[in-house]
Amino acid sequence: MLKLLGEYLILMFETFKRPDKYSVFRRQLMIEFIGLGVDSIGIVAIISVFSGAIVAIQTAYNIDSPLIPLTMVGFTTRQMMILEFSPTIISLILAGKAGSRIASEIGTMRVTQQIDALRVMGVNPANYLILPKITASMLFNPLLIIFSIGLGISGGWFACVITNLVTSADYIEGIQGWFEPFTITYAIIKTLVFALIISSVSGFLGYTLEGGSVEVGKASTKAVVYSSIIIIFFDLILTQMLLV
Amino acid sequence: MIEVKNMSKSFNNKLVLNNINTVFEKGKTNLIIGQSGSGKTVLMKCCIGLELPDKGVINFDNRPFSTISEKKKTDIRKEMGVLFQGGALFDSFNVEQNVMFPLNMFTNKTPEEKLERVNFCLKRVNLENVNKLFPSEISGGMMKRVAIARAISNSPSYLFCDERNSGLDPKTAEVIDALISEITEEYDITTVVNTHDMNSVLQIGQKISFLYQGQLWWEGDKTSILETDNPELQDFVFSTELTRRLKKK
Repeated sequence: MLKLLGEYLILMFETFKRPDKYSVFRRQLMIEFIGLGVDSIGIVAIISVFSGAIVAIQTAYNIDSPLIPLTMVGFTTRQMMILEFSPTIISLILAGKAGSRIASEIGTMRVTQQIDALRVMGVNPANYLILPKITASMLFNPLLIIFSIGLGISGGWFACVITNLVTSADYIEGIQGWFEPFTITYAIIKTLVFALIISSVSGFLGYTLEGGSVEVGKASTKAVVYSSIIIIFFDLILTQMLLV
Repeated sequence: MIEVKNMSKSFNNKLVLNNINTVFEKGKTNLIIGQSGSGKTVLMKCCIGLELPDKGVINFDNRPFSTISEKKKTDIRKEMGVLFQGGALFDSFNVEQNVMFPLNMFTNKTPEEKLERVNFCLKRVNLENVNKLFPSEISGGMMKRVAIARAISNSPSYLFCDERNSGLDPKTAEVIDALISEITEEYDITTVVNTHDMNSVLQIGQKISFLYQGQLWWEGDKTSILETDNPELQDFVFSTELTRRLKKK
């Protein structure tokens, strides 16, 4: 475990160096924005809308007491989306989608000697391959999470309106009430940390792969499992540090 | 010129290369030959810096390479062109982008100049109108030629080719061999080729180093290799039915 951590830190030291050429780095960054960010918009949108709707309906069904105002449905949906659902669950979904993509892409480059080719050309392969992925994830994932929060809350409103469980006015009043701007900062901080975990851990597992094509599949699976576990672990730590 | 002095390398206490001393000469196609497991690939990996020798030194035109830091190695690496066994073309780039890659990384040429150089290199390896094709869309022989074009695009002083004929039919292999030999003489570069293909040996072997069980067993050229009385080398050279029949004649 300690050996793995040491290898990870050494790789990150190589990764976070000045790019060999900024014009090439910018081009790679744009490719990663599309591959890791834009291509994830669809899945994030679908999951966010439906999850917001489910949270709203379940909250409405569970409010039995007449003492609890129906505005709580909007409030709960908003808080759920901002505090936990969008930053954590969407990050776990991105660990599956983007993490496996990163590990298998870099792993395939390793087994087909493309990484060796980069190295003997005098290019720093870790910096060339992993840094654009980390940068793209850390810049784009917060946008995805904000987008997810907005869609989740909208999904909740839509579900309330079509099922007549809560009026539109009550729902909107609920999502506006007792708002703490820090919760958004908290969500973005978590997203940034999770984006770093997904891209760097998956990059590490692909980069240090040894063997053939079977190992590429294994590295891809490991990337999802390890990233997910580390995300949940850091979720606990960050929640304790930032909210309690 | 690449000089290998007293070089040894072992993995898990198993000696793979034992006290290798040789010189790969400039303007010549230098071949490293030997059976599988004789240490050819390890020797080449040490020369290009993918493995570190346990002992000894490797000098590129009297500049130390194996003993300097990774950062300092980069300057010498920029003068290298390497042709890997499978070509090692970048899957996500098309042919043009692959050949242009070293130019993008290490030169300040304008896009027009880079494209001109790419087209020149592709033409040099007898490939035209393939610029926009991806590696998955071209044949094995074409991949090797694209890899050669990429290796020479930045005008290297040293060209390394690792088992470049693997997976190729004899005719295509001959074309690749001839191309490497021509490029070596045309640009006066130091070329090191790692092979166990006797056709290549007899076609382009201007200087041949035979490795046997991790040791440099014999050195010579394509003429002297046929007249050798070294039993291990004879065993290697005449290991196929075809070469044995030719010897009888």
